[in-house]
Amino acid sequence: MRIGILALLAVAAATAETPLPPPVNRPVDFAKDVAPLFQKRCVACHSARMATSGLRLDDGEAALRGGYSGPVFKPGDSGASALVGRLVGAGGLMVMPPAGPKLTAEEIGVIRAWIDRGAKWPRSAETASTPNPRSDHWAFQPLRASRDGSIDDFIRARLTKEGIAPSPEAPRSVLLRRLSLDLTGLPPTPEELRAFLSDERPDAYERHVDRLLASPHYGEKWARQWLDLARYADSDGYEKDWVRPHAWRWRDWVINALNRDMPFDRFTVEQIAGDLLPDATVEQRVATGFHRNTLTNREGGVDNEQFRFEAVVDRASTVGTVWLGLTFGCAQCHDHKYDPISQKEFYQLYAFFDNAMEVDIDAPVGGEIGPWLRTRAEYQAKREALLKEYGVAPLQEDWERRVLAAAEQPGRWTDWDLAWDCVLKLTEAGDGARIVRKPPAARTPRERDILIDHFVRNYHFAVGRKTYNEARFDELDKKLRALKAEYPQLTQAYAIAEETEPRKTHLRVRGDYQTPGIPVVPGTPAVLPPLPAGAGATRLDLARWLVSRDNPLTARVVVNRIWQEYFGHGFVKTSEDFGTQGERPSHSELLDWLAASLMDDGWSLKALHRRIVLSETYRQSSHERPELKDQDPDNRLLARQARLRLPAESIRDTALAAGGLLDTRVGGPSVRPPQPAGVAELGYANSVKWTASDGRDQYRRGLYIHFQRTTPYPLLANFDAPKGTVTACRRERSNTPLQALNLLNDPVFLEAARALATQLTVNPGEFEERLRTAFLRVLSREPDSTETNRLRKYLLTQKAIFERDRTAAEALAPGAPDPVGTASWTALASVLLNLDEFVVRE
Amino acid sequence: MGSTMELRRDFLRRCGAGLGTAALAHLLGVEGFAADPLAPRAPHFPGKAKNVIFLFMEGAPSQMDLFDPKPALRKWHGQSLPPSLTKDLKLAFIKPTASVLASPREFRPRGQSGMELSDLLPHLSTCADDICLIRSMKSDAFNHHPGQLLLFTGHTQFGRPTLGSWVVYGMGSESKNLPGFVVLTSGVGTSGGSDNFSSGFLPTTYSGTVFRNTGDPILYLSNPDGISAETQRARLDAIRDLNTHRSSITRDEAISSRIHSYELAFRMQSAAPELLDFGKESPATLDAYGVNQEQTRAFGTNCLLARRLVERGVRFVMLMHASWDHHSGINKGLERNCGITDQPTAALLKDLKQRGMLDETLVVWGGEFGRTPMSELRRPEEADNAGRDHHPDGYSIWLAGGGIKPGQVIGSTDELGLNIVDHPIHVHDLQATILHCLGFDHTKLTFRHMGRDFRLTDVHGSVVQKLLT
Repeated sequence: MRIGILALLAVAAATAETPLPPPVNRPVDFAKDVAPLFQKRCVACHSARMATSGLRLDDGEAALRGGYSGPVFKPGDSGASALVGRLVGAGGLMVMPPAGPKLTAEEIGVIRAWIDRGAKWPRSAETASTPNPRSDHWAFQPLRASRDGSIDDFIRARLTKEGIAPSPEAPRSVLLRRLSLDLTGLPPTPEELRAFLSDERPDAYERHVDRLLASPHYGEKWARQWLDLARYADSDGYEKDWVRPHAWRWRDWVINALNRDMPFDRFTVEQIAGDLLPDATVEQRVATGFHRNTLTNREGGVDNEQFRFEAVVDRASTVGTVWLGLTFGCAQCHDHKYDPISQKEFYQLYAFFDNAMEVDIDAPVGGEIGPWLRTRAEYQAKREALLKEYGVAPLQEDWERRVLAAAEQPGRWTDWDLAWDCVLKLTEAGDGARIVRKPPAARTPRERDILIDHFVRNYHFAVGRKTYNEARFDELDKKLRALKAEYPQLTQAYAIAEETEPRKTHLRVRGDYQTPGIPVVPGTPAVLPPLPAGAGATRLDLARWLVSRDNPLTARVVVNRIWQEYFGHGFVKTSEDFGTQGERPSHSELLDWLAASLMDDGWSLKALHRRIVLSETYRQSSHERPELKDQDPDNRLLARQARLRLPAESIRDTALAAGGLLDTRVGGPSVRPPQPAGVAELGYANSVKWTASDGRDQYRRGLYIHFQRTTPYPLLANFDAPKGTVTACRRERSNTPLQALNLLNDPVFLEAARALATQLTVNPGEFEERLRTAFLRVLSREPDSTETNRLRKYLLTQKAIFERDRTAAEALAPGAPDPVGTASWTALASVLLNLDEFVVRE
Repeated sequence: MGSTMELRRDFLRRCGAGLGTAALAHLLGVEGFAADPLAPRAPHFPGKAKNVIFLFMEGAPSQMDLFDPKPALRKWHGQSLPPSLTKDLKLAFIKPTASVLASPREFRPRGQSGMELSDLLPHLSTCADDICLIRSMKSDAFNHHPGQLLLFTGHTQFGRPTLGSWVVYGMGSESKNLPGFVVLTSGVGTSGGSDNFSSGFLPTTYSGTVFRNTGDPILYLSNPDGISAETQRARLDAIRDLNTHRSSITRDEAISSRIHSYELAFRMQSAAPELLDFGKESPATLDAYGVNQEQTRAFGTNCLLARRLVERGVRFVMLMHASWDHHSGINKGLERNCGITDQPTAALLKDLKQRGMLDETLVVWGGEFGRTPMSELRRPEEADNAGRDHHPDGYSIWLAGGGIKPGQVIGSTDELGLNIVDHPIHVHDLQATILHCLGFDHTKLTFRHMGRDFRLTDVHGSVVQKLLT
């Protein structure tokens, strides 16, 4: 056995080093022997033009400085020079050069000999300095100062050129449904429809646009797009996927900001760096919750530093995509393959966020403070009494001491190792490790409470269940929770704040958090206009730079994404990628004109929406035009509007509205409508709990449905809501049989149908009158004769079925005075709720 | 959505070189993609396997107690290993100084090949000549959720499509009445949750559909109370007629796709109960799978369902059993899990073979990584409750069926099971090989997203020739 282990050790030692060809045993001349090798095999990627991984081999000074991972030559010691290792693929890394034959042993020997003799690199006359990367790519050019005009001028000019006539305006009923769904995510009520249809004033449409823009539901509808971009969810993600009970507080901030038409530049600054504004308000700190939507991995045994790194990477890439429309994340591990973004520049963007620490703050909403202040002393007294009764303080003192000792000497006390891991992962709020390391006297009351709660809940990891039960801490935990629920508490918000001791940011070689490369300072890509703040720039400077007039990307990216919601695709179809791999804009002048208008309007989003929906281009009919199929198959020229399937949330909202069930309250905590058993159980070790909300909360808008990342609510998953793990710039609009089953058989849709049928049948009435009402409620229009006849026939069939099967009728319409009638109308209403037209905005 | 034509063009553009010419031609046909994105299509070259059954043993089963005998551990039992051996280990819970835990299991050579398997696997042992055992698997991740993401999506980052989604995206499905990618579960929920069968940035159509253990097998499959089959048909007829009418007004081809989806949903309503009805299975078959024994019922039912799904043309069946994450109580835990899974697994292999389906069905058994030779012991006084920690190097999995050369063991680990000695096979290599068995060049099955052609194996992976027939 001894021999066995020794053999293992020998193997381990041997594989650690890859054998290198020996240095050649003759004099080597740099210019004659070495430079041509570099020239022929290396500088295609490692030159001033393209210094891949930061390394240049076309210039002595630059070459000796090295690349992102540091120097690659150690003059006098070729065996220890990283460059030589890369030539043979040492350490399992890709052999350089990656294309063409490997360097021969002789060639490597030449390079080694040159390094061993000091790596002398004669100064060349034509040493080039690194030029600023320039790019002719359209998106990096300044906005083109445009002629005056309007959306229609630009669109029509192009159509005229192609010899295509625009489509006529859509019928008024279609127009109002489209407008209501687009601006508020809700269909018009029959009363609103009637008012619009009978409004003969020339500015009737404009008045309705303004009414809808002023509706609080506008903020709800457009918040959804922002939530997709921010990868919003109500849980941590990853294995444990803990609930984030206060995530909604940031969602409310977004809804309010949009409803108040907060200018987009301010909207940007507050979310990226609200905490750094002078005298930052609570709301401005809440805004930074944008960055708290990153995932949290609480899985036992994970390295917190790894997931902190990943969250910061995600913050940088998300900002790059959401504001700049660039696939920054591609440069996490290497220079971007297509766009002028180096890996170093990725980490310069990363550096803005490296210092941000996660903090949970009190963020009271209306009316909370008074009751909280009045009862706080009483609550604290009762809490202290409980802690005293169960003898928490001495046990906790001992626990803290031993947990910290275990943290110092890992492996010595295995049970306390686990307790320490729990401090690292399972502190519900704040940073457990940071708190426990603070002397007790230095802790804030908030930190003190966080640690006590953690200790009471998790003491058993350290001492075992038996001791834990003897201390009756499970009982205490229940009492503490009950006490907390009994007294008013302040709503919390997840925010970020700067660390007091700045971190030194390094590039990470190959994107590996454990391999720091060269140090970097915050900065923006050289291909874009410079950051006025220069070196020492902060997150706040970044935010202001993003929305500066000179930045050619942000306004274009924002306009494009909003346009995409109205027409099915943006001018740039790849709204997540304005780089060289993205598509070119279909109407670049119009895009620039709208972007400039957005800024001229003081970044008012409502003004942008208004401009778009007032255009004749927007108001066109969405009917397909077969004659344009060859000429413009994808409707890029916009000779018509588009029929767009509604987003998941809107489908449910619209059904609930048709049945009169929708609860239109705006804002507040997330809700859990009933969902079938077995859905939540797919989550880790059956730990996800889903208890349906009470009463009206079940009928809140889809925006408010609790989003559990590992087990999303089925309707959301079925109808293409993003998973809230990475930024999503556009949603798929798929069409699957599971969607059909969802609409046909999900109880909520049947409930909406029943509610509608109950209202239709409560009074005696003619078939046609009832059908008319049903159509107005579900499709916002009146039925035509074909539809009327078909549904009259259907109702008769359905009545006959229920006459024969009264049990079925009573099951479908329990308690109805006329079960057959109500059940038949319920079935008819459900037919309407399953029509293509219902799930589409035309 | 725009028009169907637009969808199709966009889709084709993003497919890039993803599909063979024949498949492209097929997709261009109006009846092909427009009507059914799951229509069967040819892969890059004729593959040996037509379907996949992936038996995902979630939580990381212990290789040294099941597949990879390490008698040397007995001599080291209770002692720490020399630091030089453990210095590079990435461990989740324990420290490198943790003491070695010997396996109490007995291993014996099985079958013609003499493959050594644990006494915990008496049934699988009778199939030794039908499986190919790999003892040198390697993963980059050693935490569950990232490990599962890597195994199924080729990357530890979120948002990418899973193996099953790639396969149905590439090949469609032969089944007209059932989803192309079906997920069956037993035990508890997994760390990865729905991320293990998500379509990522591929269209939702390619997502895995969970067949549920309680209530409707497919969510919202059965008609609610009061909706009889007759009412359902009448509803669907009316929906179809009104949709057709609307289509004649708007001339939007997407409406015909919607009509098609409703018909498929209706067919699914009758196909699923037929699938679940074991009435025509012989008592011998039911016994073999253990469908009627309490211990094996849930997993056995899923194994039998897996065969029936593949029989009905479903392309990819993923069967998840959780959890094998034995940080403590590993002996009892393994006895329990093997008691649940061993018999049905072997029955599935034999049943597929006997029906001549094994040649065209690729069966994969494995977890997201393996476990340490060292013990995880939280409290010294609970020695018989020891477990093992996560270990990403040198874990074991097995494959069988379509395209796989059976009766062989590939790769080995050192005598302590710490490191791979020969034939390291990375998760990406496994993925490349699975795709190869189905007829795909893994570097060419791509989808354009965020300005880049993505693939399952990211920028890695090579087909393991030794695994193949």
